[in-house]
Amino acid sequence: MSILIIPAILSGMMMGAVYALVALGLTLIYGVLHIINFTHGSLLMLALYVVYFLNFHLGLDPYWVIPFVLPLFFVVGYCLQRGLIAPMSGGSEQNVLLITLAISLMIDNLALYFWTSNTRSVDIAYAYDTVEIFGALLPFGRVVAFVVALAAAPLVWAFMAFTRTGSAIRAVAIEKRGAELVGIDVNHTYAICFGIGTACVALAACLLLPTFYVTPQVGYTFVLVAFTTVVLGGMGSLPGALLAGLLLGIIESLCGLFLGESLGQIGIFLAFILILFFKPSGLFGKRAGA
Amino acid sequence: MLEIKGLKAGYGAMSVLQGIDMQIHAGEIVALLGSNGVGKTTLNNVISGFIVPTAGSVTFKGQRITGLKPLEIVALGIAHVPEGRKIFPNLSVRDNLKLGAFRRAHERIKQNFDRICALFPRLKERLDQLAGTLSGGEQQMLAIGRGMMSEPELIILDEPSLGLSPIMVEEMFAMIAQINAEGAAVLLVEQNVMQSLSAAKRAYVLEQGRFVMEGEAASLLANPQLQQAYLGL
Repeated sequence: MSILIIPAILSGMMMGAVYALVALGLTLIYGVLHIINFTHGSLLMLALYVVYFLNFHLGLDPYWVIPFVLPLFFVVGYCLQRGLIAPMSGGSEQNVLLITLAISLMIDNLALYFWTSNTRSVDIAYAYDTVEIFGALLPFGRVVAFVVALAAAPLVWAFMAFTRTGSAIRAVAIEKRGAELVGIDVNHTYAICFGIGTACVALAACLLLPTFYVTPQVGYTFVLVAFTTVVLGGMGSLPGALLAGLLLGIIESLCGLFLGESLGQIGIFLAFILILFFKPSGLFGKRAGA
Repeated sequence: MLEIKGLKAGYGAMSVLQGIDMQIHAGEIVALLGSNGVGKTTLNNVISGFIVPTAGSVTFKGQRITGLKPLEIVALGIAHVPEGRKIFPNLSVRDNLKLGAFRRAHERIKQNFDRICALFPRLKERLDQLAGTLSGGEQQMLAIGRGMMSEPELIILDEPSLGLSPIMVEEMFAMIAQINAEGAAVLLVEQNVMQSLSAAKRAYVLEQGRFVMEGEAASLLANPQLQQAYLGL
């Protein structure tokens, strides 16, 4: 039995690390801007297409475009928040919910119009080379995704903890008025934070594409799990998102093993309901009002 | 240094300040007195840029600042320590102080940090503690220290003695004198009339959005009308 279970757990962790990375961006945006960002999945989809076309037309390797795609999507996120979401919401948090949903629907449908619903994938020869870990044979592309995604989390954390912009972000997150009083540009800081969250999905896209596919609907697959991860980890908690992402990856993989591949995601939502039943604030969440 | 002329401001249809003239000269302590709800906090928020006045002007060092953003006003050298303190509870005392120099005096952050630690030894003992875990008096010191980090030429202190124990109130007024001695002008907004008038050089008394008395603090302290209304004598 263990000959099946160990590889399933390991391969679940590989996917879980990517879930965690997508959720990291989402939880950062939620924790600082206090908004539910429905564009997150659409931006992941866009990033996947950018990486795909860079490979298809220019023959660029998805891993080597990271230094280009990350800053690009940081700017996309910054402009989206500063130029569209903030001015249209008029400061009301309910409006933001509808605006991000509307933008997401538009991006998804434009993608469908221009790029059709065909499933596309890149052909990177070495992505499916196998690596042996604890007797399990894992695709090289998934191992890279795991390592890089897990390395990104402490980097984001260190940025928040040790840089001037990082402490401005933490200050704005909890005490907006106080931040304005010391002269922090709150709108700029919000947009930077949105940009970092968007850069997280761009990184996820570069890591995913070699062993995954892209369609205009691919965002939903991840954003639903990402929302689950964020809530499960405790809204706004970075370590929570990381741990919950890995956990959900493993659960999905094990459920796939026992119930059949297509039912794997049932396990995610089952675990979600069970954990929230016993700990409503999530794994790392604080109780309301605490 | 700060000059307010014919200032009117309010919230929507409700007008709070109904034509105010005020001056603060470099290096002096000016007390702004008045009971709850007469417009003291509104006046502070106009000076620091959170409220745009409906009429009149505020000039600082000869430059008109009405309509500027709060961060631009901080950059010019006005620090506002608000009622309710608005410190960052999830950040350490050290990070709170450092953020005080976010917009101004960033190049002298080290010297100012040491200066404030010397002024507030209680904060120095708690640099790595989260600000939210400090006592009320310590949080007030932190809020003032954070304001001082920007080397303000004018610092607005809104109700600094509110909610403090009598001993802490004494300590607070001693610190305000110290801050002023180091060169900053202070606009002291208080309900604690007796002590504010003792600390201040001049004072204004606000009632229903208008100044009803103003002048040298010492002569106001001797004014029978003020004694009756605010000191219950």
